[in-house]
Amino acid sequence: MTTKIVTARTNLPDSYRLSTYLENGGYQALRKALSMNPEDIQAEVVASGILGRGGAGFETGRKWSMLKQDPVRYLVVNGDESEPSTFKDHLLVEADPHQLIEGTLISAYAIGASMAFIYLRGEFALGLERVQSAINEAYAYGAIGRDIFGSGFSIDLVLQPGAGAYICGEETALIESLEGKRGYPRIKPPYFPAVIGLYGKPTIVNNVETMSNIPWIITNGGKAFASLGSGRSTGTRLFALSGDVAKPGNYELEMAASSFRDLIFSPELGAGLFPGRSVKAIIPGGVSAPWFGPEHLDLPLGQDEVAKAGSMLGSGSVIVIDDHSCAVRAAWRITKFFHRESCGQCTPCREGSGWIEKIMHRIEIGAGTESDLDLLLDVCDNIAPGLSWPPQQTTICVLGPSIPSSVVSAIKMFRDEFLIHIKEEGCPFVH
Amino acid sequence: MSTDVSKDLISISIDGREVKARPGELLIAAAEEAGIFIPRFCYHPRLPQVGMCRMCLVEVSGPRGFSLQPSCYVPVSDGMDVITDSEKVKKAQDGVLEFLLINHPLDCPVCDKGGECPLQDQTLAYGPGESRFAEEKRHFEKPIAISELVFLDRERCIQCDRCTRFADVVAGDALIEFIGRGDNTQVNVFPERPFSSYFSGNTVQICPVGALTAAPYRFKSRPWDLAQVESSCITCSMGCRIMVQSSQNQVIRYIGLDSDQVNHGWLCDKGRFGHESLSSPDRVTAPLIRKGDSYVETSWANAISIISSKISGIKEKIGSDRIGFIIGSKLTNEDIYAWVKLAKGVIGTDSVDSQLGDGISADVISRLNRATINDAVTSKVVLSFTGDIKEEIPVLYLRLREAVKNGNTKVITIATHSSSLDGISEIQVFPSLDQLRPLAQQITADSSYFPEVSSLIKSSGVSADGEGLVVLLGRENLAWDQTVVEAFALELARVAPKAKFLVTLHGSNFSGGVDLGAVPRFLPGRSSLSDPSAGLRQKWSRFPSHNGKSVKEMFKSALKGEMDLLFLIGSDPRTDFVDTTLSNTALDEIGFVVSVDTFMSESSSRADLVLPAAAFAEKYGTITNLEERIMTVNQKVTPPGLCRPDWEIACEIALEIGSDLGFSSPEEILGEISNISSLHWGLSFDRLSRLSALDGVVIPLTSTPLTLKKKPMFDQISTPGIASVWNQGLASSKTSFIDSSASISDESDSPTESKVPTAISVEPIWPLPPIPGTSEMPLVYCRRLYSQGQLLKNSPHLSRLAVEPRCRISSETARAIGVAVGESVRLTDKAGGAGVFEVEIDDGIREGWVEMVKGMSSSQSFSPIRVDETMNYVKLERV
Amino acid sequence: MSFFTSENLERAQVLLGLYPEKRSALMPLCHLAQAQQGYLTKEAMEEIAKLLEIEPAEVFGTVSFYDMFHTEEVGKYLVSVCTNVACLLRGGLELLEHASDKLEVPVGGTTEDGLFTLEEVECVAHCDKAPCAQVNYRFFGPLGNDSFDQLVEDLRNDQLTDSVPPHGTLSRVFREAPSLVENEVIIAERVAMDQARQERQAAKDSNGGDSK
Ligand SMILES: Cc1cc2nc3c(=O)[nH]c(=O)nc-3n(C[C@H](O)[C@H](O)[C@H](O)COP(=O)(O)O)c2cc1C
Ligand code: SF4
Ligand code: FES
Repeated sequence: MTTKIVTARTNLPDSYRLSTYLENGGYQALRKALSMNPEDIQAEVVASGILGRGGAGFETGRKWSMLKQDPVRYLVVNGDESEPSTFKDHLLVEADPHQLIEGTLISAYAIGASMAFIYLRGEFALGLERVQSAINEAYAYGAIGRDIFGSGFSIDLVLQPGAGAYICGEETALIESLEGKRGYPRIKPPYFPAVIGLYGKPTIVNNVETMSNIPWIITNGGKAFASLGSGRSTGTRLFALSGDVAKPGNYELEMAASSFRDLIFSPELGAGLFPGRSVKAIIPGGVSAPWFGPEHLDLPLGQDEVAKAGSMLGSGSVIVIDDHSCAVRAAWRITKFFHRESCGQCTPCREGSGWIEKIMHRIEIGAGTESDLDLLLDVCDNIAPGLSWPPQQTTICVLGPSIPSSVVSAIKMFRDEFLIHIKEEGCPFVH
Repeated sequence: MSTDVSKDLISISIDGREVKARPGELLIAAAEEAGIFIPRFCYHPRLPQVGMCRMCLVEVSGPRGFSLQPSCYVPVSDGMDVITDSEKVKKAQDGVLEFLLINHPLDCPVCDKGGECPLQDQTLAYGPGESRFAEEKRHFEKPIAISELVFLDRERCIQCDRCTRFADVVAGDALIEFIGRGDNTQVNVFPERPFSSYFSGNTVQICPVGALTAAPYRFKSRPWDLAQVESSCITCSMGCRIMVQSSQNQVIRYIGLDSDQVNHGWLCDKGRFGHESLSSPDRVTAPLIRKGDSYVETSWANAISIISSKISGIKEKIGSDRIGFIIGSKLTNEDIYAWVKLAKGVIGTDSVDSQLGDGISADVISRLNRATINDAVTSKVVLSFTGDIKEEIPVLYLRLREAVKNGNTKVITIATHSSSLDGISEIQVFPSLDQLRPLAQQITADSSYFPEVSSLIKSSGVSADGEGLVVLLGRENLAWDQTVVEAFALELARVAPKAKFLVTLHGSNFSGGVDLGAVPRFLPGRSSLSDPSAGLRQKWSRFPSHNGKSVKEMFKSALKGEMDLLFLIGSDPRTDFVDTTLSNTALDEIGFVVSVDTFMSESSSRADLVLPAAAFAEKYGTITNLEERIMTVNQKVTPPGLCRPDWEIACEIALEIGSDLGFSSPEEILGEISNISSLHWGLSFDRLSRLSALDGVVIPLTSTPLTLKKKPMFDQISTPGIASVWNQGLASSKTSFIDSSASISDESDSPTESKVPTAISVEPIWPLPPIPGTSEMPLVYCRRLYSQGQLLKNSPHLSRLAVEPRCRISSETARAIGVAVGESVRLTDKAGGAGVFEVEIDDGIREGWVEMVKGMSSSQSFSPIRVDETMNYVKLERV
Repeated sequence: MSFFTSENLERAQVLLGLYPEKRSALMPLCHLAQAQQGYLTKEAMEEIAKLLEIEPAEVFGTVSFYDMFHTEEVGKYLVSVCTNVACLLRGGLELLEHASDKLEVPVGGTTEDGLFTLEEVECVAHCDKAPCAQVNYRFFGPLGNDSFDQLVEDLRNDQLTDSVPPHGTLSRVFREAPSLVENEVIIAERVAMDQARQERQAAKDSNGGDSK
């Protein structure tokens, strides 16, 4: 099948150990990088065209070029992975932590970071142990610390555990959290931590998967990476497939080369639905994204293709909802998530998320009225005026305007289902 | 503030109107200045912006067209196009208000904030008008006390972060925090750690809803029943601007007003809640004459005639020298002047003093180059040689803390003990007595004693002659004689003549006392006895023939039987004089003591005659704060019973002994003051009541033109009830608003330079006596905000915060004498007085030193200060 | 008297030394305290505040933001059942109900023997094994009613002590690295890097200009 970049080693026995990594070409990219000029590494990354894998899909090379040149500047790896149904970083940190570390060190060298952090989701207990062991091994091996491999380049890498708050995946909240504070997203401008970030210093925040691609890019060149995929969607991507599908899992695919249908139905990928069922909806890119119907199954898994169709590739997750599952219930559960995870700074997000959840719950259990649907849409409109995509914002971060996506999608696509809940005073589906 | 910036202004368009704004100014402020009010909750102009409530959303043009932006966070930029009244903006604001209300209890009928609530007001103006929320609201236990002074109702909280931001950023007391996440977020304290900040009342004032309420105000009144008047707080020498609010002739609440020069809207809790003392049942409300061990009420006429015959009798028999006056620090300038004129200009005694051994002599003060508060917070270096200002002048501490945090100035402290300034100072030095002189002498040179001090001073850009240096000068340690401070100051002023001094004595109107002759050897306006000003010669018929006595000297004379009559005007030397052994024995020896006071204090309750004085808010006049700013204090309520303003009592006595003081109102007194004192030239109530001068004016006025501008309402939503005053006028003030744009320079009689008389010379007393080789321990004697005293005793809520006198020593010292925290020690003073105190360990105290707090409860006979000692020592033993 | 054991106090000191600003050690210190005590006591938060030189209220404010910090006692095994959408579609809510029945506690409750606390969690990134649960943040899934019951029995019978340490213990691997490269070294290196880069850039620019 397609080239494997980030999952090339994940199936090896003891894939997380330094010895396995070294046997399979590990840390050669770092050695190569340290012999290059930092700006040449940056040029390779720009040439690769890699888009950030954290959700926003911002070009990594461009982000790096915006970093202010202060002798003190930081690199922070975002391993908070909490977007529901996203579990690709989970695989990468447990199965190939050295790849992540190597990518981080190359990037730190390329941008001249004075210190690097990996912020890892607190609930990844095994991941924390694997990454910490790998860091320890890498220090002992001379890949981190003073004068790495005799190159004259020094840097420290610290693993920071999170403690259970989805919002800390948002890069400015992550920075606050890393500073030992409540994970409140910072108000923009400045729009990028590259100007003012951790401890007020210029900071680059990149996702685990983004970092994990860097060693391959350095080994094989940016061009080789860019030759995979199409358009702005270069390289491969890890797609996390879940929900009503026979073989949920992480699948690394060349970007834009396959469609949602391929991912869900290919025997070696999702292997289709359960017998006798059909696709009712798919949620691409995490629960913040608007839903697609079966008519979008043939859309290629590419950044711009999905955006053009009115949703987003986001974190690369794909949830399948089949015709035996309740759309109202799924949308309610998603609003419940946002309600629990809103940081609470912005009035519309803090209060709106709870209100919407309550109405959705009422409808799901059969206590809703028809006018609730208009109310829901209007409350959503007060959070994200216009209910357009990408949404307009009344809040500090984009968690707020993500709340309406699933509610509005569900009402638009399955109004009948809502009405049945209301008329029959309960959920028509068996759970 | 008044620099002309019009040429740097940029243009923006708000709702199609062209508006001028300062570059970098926040959109919400620029709009407000242009008369366009954008609703808001979290925005507070004195706090860093957080943009959390999202109430202030407006449409702002950008590269991708108009988008909703928080106007409290977006700075203006040239050509910016802003829409504040579109359908989209209205819908967003409507939405935010609806969201805020869904979890709000709507218990307005029983909420203190009802009627002055920005949430109510803005709901009316911008809100949806009906509720679509049919679900269960969030619930919390209804109000919980988070301190003795503050209640918290978390159901009402709208999470604007104002209180928490204030506590953390401004006060530096991060004792309240957001707890929880999302709509479960609540403000709270750490379990069992109350919100014991000196500044907690400010959070109540800036809370936009009734989430934080003040214990002393709870359920006392409705805002529409409050009448109010602007005034100045007289709890300490800062003179914070306040609004005094009353209901049914009772003062109910103070609100901090925002003055750029003085308090930035903040108050300390002692100032804010001290109004409870005004309605204390222990007020003296009728003249009382002593009969044996008790008092009987008498008439004013009788009381005045007794005084008059005492004065006449003494004057005829022995001369006016044996009559003395001790003037308290809470009197108005007009009160002080009237009593000084009675004493010096009618009776002819110069024995008038207003400092109780805790001051700095007028000779020294008047020789110093004075700094304003704003000078201090913008100076290159602040050198602090004063008591803990957080304890003594709390809001000055806030101003200085802010300046340091913003990098505007650096602080060096000279101290014998740790203080709250340590947290914001770059360097702390603990010089011995001998080191003080070289320290002063080498302050801008290379000091061999404290090289880090002079090097910081130099590297910060202070010039060799002291330009850029402001000294906070007060009484760092009351156990060191005032001559120590004076010698240091004079020496420093000599080597660094451009250095400025902010005299940080605690007594509220100490400046008025010094400037108006309530000190021996000076006449009002700082004229010397021998050389009265032309004005004085015209207005006064006589002058004392020779120098009078200070309080200390009066008491010493009393011990020799040489004081026959002493007036205590709002002064309680039995508790407040530093050497209470001396004051108590001396007062017992004086033939006749008249106390004019608001309460029965230790001193008045043993006086021969007690006259009831009108208190703060019961009279009007002016005060002079520590930076020589003259500000008005205004009357809000009528005095209880037979209480009369102090100045009026002086007039009555003068009349009775056959002399008319020549005035019959504070206006006339201030008129006379401005006539006889070049320092006070140009002052009048009329001028002070101009909108521009409501925050007072620093004297001496100069002929520099001041641009007078209407003062903006600073934090529109946290000065409850005040907006209306601009429309109504000051209901019961003697003064009224004159909205004038005239500049002060239009007066033709302005003096070209101030004619402040040069002070009588005092020679520094170097070398200072060496530390005696004794087993006794050097003492630090200092003030605490909640030291026991009249105000605290008579304010029920504050009295719960009174600090027990404790003996504080370092852990080393404790180990050396074998005591532990919570155990007791016996302290013995020079006179053999002793007290037993609990030990508190504080490693900010030097090894072998002992710290005691001034204001002991009266049960202790211990009185550690001997006025003639340069340094005081105590003996310490474990019990 | 210190809350931390002397061994943990040493670890705390290491953590404090890891960051340009001390306060960053707050969350690691809280995890450390939970590892010691199972949850965060008032004393622990006070001690952490002291170590970080901040107010206890600030520690509490931060702690309370995060789901993994417990200021009240929790069972030895914290059973976290995910009901977020991917698990929901595969029976997550039903698993939670079953768990509640099996453990005989309401969601959020702790069993009388203090062994289990049951909670409902948001997606824990184990969706390919839906419906899933974590026990003390160790993953289990997909779980049916029977496999859940088996899991509970195994835990009760100490069959899983190696893979599931008591609640609070997160990572059993500690940092083993030389102390951080000194700040001055890093800054000097970075300044040199930036200068070299600028020089190369300048050289490139002038070459480019010549060749034109
Ligand atoms: C509410 C919210 C949650 C987010 N969660 C994550 C996350 O868990 N992991 C992640 O890598 N990025 C997350 N992001 C995106 C980050 O803010 C940021 O864009 C990303 O880490 C940048 O990395 P990249 O450029 O490599 O994609 C989140 C963003 C938002 C608004
Ligand atoms: S939008 Fe929601 S999550 Fe984002 S900052 Fe505002 S309240 Fe917090
Ligand atoms: S967001 Fe601007 S006032 Fe609150």
